Amino acid sequence: VPRLTPDNVKRCQDLIRLYPQSRSALIPMLHVAQEQDGWLTPDSMAHVSELLDLDPAEVYGTASFYDMLFTHPVGRYLVSVCTNLACLLNGAEELLEHAEGRLGVAAGSTTPDGQFTLEEVECIAFCGAAPCLAVNWRFFGNVGNEDFDRLVDDLAAGRLADDVPPHGTLCRVRRQVGLTAGGPPPVDESEGATAPQDSPR
Amino acid sequence: MITDADAIVTTRLGLRDSWTLRAHLETGGYDGLRKALSMGREAVSEEVMKANLLGRGGAGFEAGKKWSMLRKAEPVYLVVNGDESEPCTFKDHMLIEADPHQIVEGTLICAYATGASQAFIFVRGEFALGLERLTAAVNEAYAYGAIGRRVFGSDFSIDVVVHPGAGAYICGEETALLESLEGKRGFPRDKPPYFPAAIGLYKAPTVVNNVETVSNLPWIVQHGGEAFASLGIGRSAGTRIFSLSGHVNRPANYEIEMAKTTFGDLIFDPKLGAGIPGGRALKAFVPGGVSAPWFGPEQLDMGLDQDAVGKAGSMLGSGSVVVMDESTCMVRAAWRITRFFHRESCGQCTPCREGGGWLDKVMRRIELGAGRESDLDLLLDVCDNIAPGLTWPPQKTTICVLGPSIPSSITSAIRMFRDEFLVHIKEGACPFGR
Repeated sequence: VPRLTPDNVKRCQDLIRLYPQSRSALIPMLHVAQEQDGWLTPDSMAHVSELLDLDPAEVYGTASFYDMLFTHPVGRYLVSVCTNLACLLNGAEELLEHAEGRLGVAAGSTTPDGQFTLEEVECIAFCGAAPCLAVNWRFFGNVGNEDFDRLVDDLAAGRLADDVPPHGTLCRVRRQVGLTAGGPPPVDESEGATAPQDSPR
Repeated sequence: MITDADAIVTTRLGLRDSWTLRAHLETGGYDGLRKALSMGREAVSEEVMKANLLGRGGAGFEAGKKWSMLRKAEPVYLVVNGDESEPCTFKDHMLIEADPHQIVEGTLICAYATGASQAFIFVRGEFALGLERLTAAVNEAYAYGAIGRRVFGSDFSIDVVVHPGAGAYICGEETALLESLEGKRGFPRDKPPYFPAAIGLYKAPTVVNNVETVSNLPWIVQHGGEAFASLGIGRSAGTRIFSLSGHVNRPANYEIEMAKTTFGDLIFDPKLGAGIPGGRALKAFVPGGVSAPWFGPEQLDMGLDQDAVGKAGSMLGSGSVVVMDESTCMVRAAWRITRFFHRESCGQCTPCREGGGWLDKVMRRIELGAGRESDLDLLLDVCDNIAPGLTWPPQKTTICVLGPSIPSSITSAIRMFRDEFLVHIKEGACPFGR
């Protein structure tokens, strides 16, 4: 049963240290959990609640509020087609219908092979290139039907692996430093020294 | 008219690797911060007050005034709002990807002037590339000595944390954003207190500024508040990015001098929107995000001026202008906006949670050909329950302004295109063929 890996526990602990109050790290930690498994498994959410000393219901209740966090499995590629106003005016409903036909699933569902989840989303702030969509939050604009088919083919064949990491991987750049404004970084606790608080000065 | 005012916040767009520290330093980057540190906190605040910089997020409140309202207590936090989610607004998305160091520099200047001990840049979770570039920029800025203990050898110390959101329109509302930043559901806080300056993040005095707002600060520090205030007209000072989309030949973000350029210029000037495809006629446009009541062709000569648009019964809001030409079904357009608000309601307040759903259902049946003659009255009655008197700005019936924004599109569409609703109802079908 997947829990958070030791490396991801370390990432979560580093995140907690960035905030004056630990609960602020909850959503960033849920992104780490979603990166690990592609969605938020009950076990990873339970692990997050342990790390933050929160009731599991608080974690689930927060996660389920947010559209990007999935408490059920989704495909390797989350295809998010915008149909809000600017896209609507530029053929987004036709694009969504085409996408449903091409992938063979209705918006809100996943292909049987687990590769693609199609969803209709609200504005994704790429309106200069309407109609647009995102795959795992990498953006594609001015998408015609043929462009969509080519995109699906490229994703399925792994040709876009560098540009579009698997679902859940959001930010591939890691923060390199902890908080430093308050003074020198804390001494490693394993050496028995008392770590200074990261709280505000 | 289009003025020849220089760009302020989009100067690095199109530069090679514009998001890197190297590109930033080659173009005067962090000089604004250095100058601010040499001026002292109060002098920086004075310049920003003189600049008349209105917040660029949507509410349009004076940034300098916001800072001056901070409760005298420690610690002070700065939260930079990059949770851009108002439909058809895409300027912050662009700024975060193209010029993250400018945001970091503006954040640092703001933190210095307000005495903040820690700054959080809240980035909309969907902006994956933006998160990567901003995180890299913060890493670079720490290594460069612009963030951290004793910035550039001064007595100013600050930490900056890039915080990813997780997908919720409501978190653009500043108190919902603070709740989200505290690791909770994005429920807006009841008012008063009206401003996080009194009680904000962790109940501490907090400044919340939009990313475009802070992006203006390096320039204001370098050139002075008066130079900024000399651009635009009156309270609508400086330049501003307008996100133009919908039925236009050149949909894009355009940074233009406020107030002097009109909606007509923005939509039709060859250097800006370049008109409507196929030479079709303008039917209506959204002047400031989909929360704003619509305008028609008769408002094309109005300047992009916050006060003028407000007096005319709408708002410049988030600076997004959406053009709808004669081929647009206004029932469908208004229904789509209504569906958005219903979906994004946080659910705390009944008028918004339930009213939005009722409006969605009634709009749906009209568009799909099952509308009733009584539906127009029903729509207006539900709208009136959400925003009594259907006035603008709306009256408070809910904790935040999302609820009272729902009626904007429906009341606009009925006011301007009543016949179109009646045709839908009478013929039992959408005359535009969807």
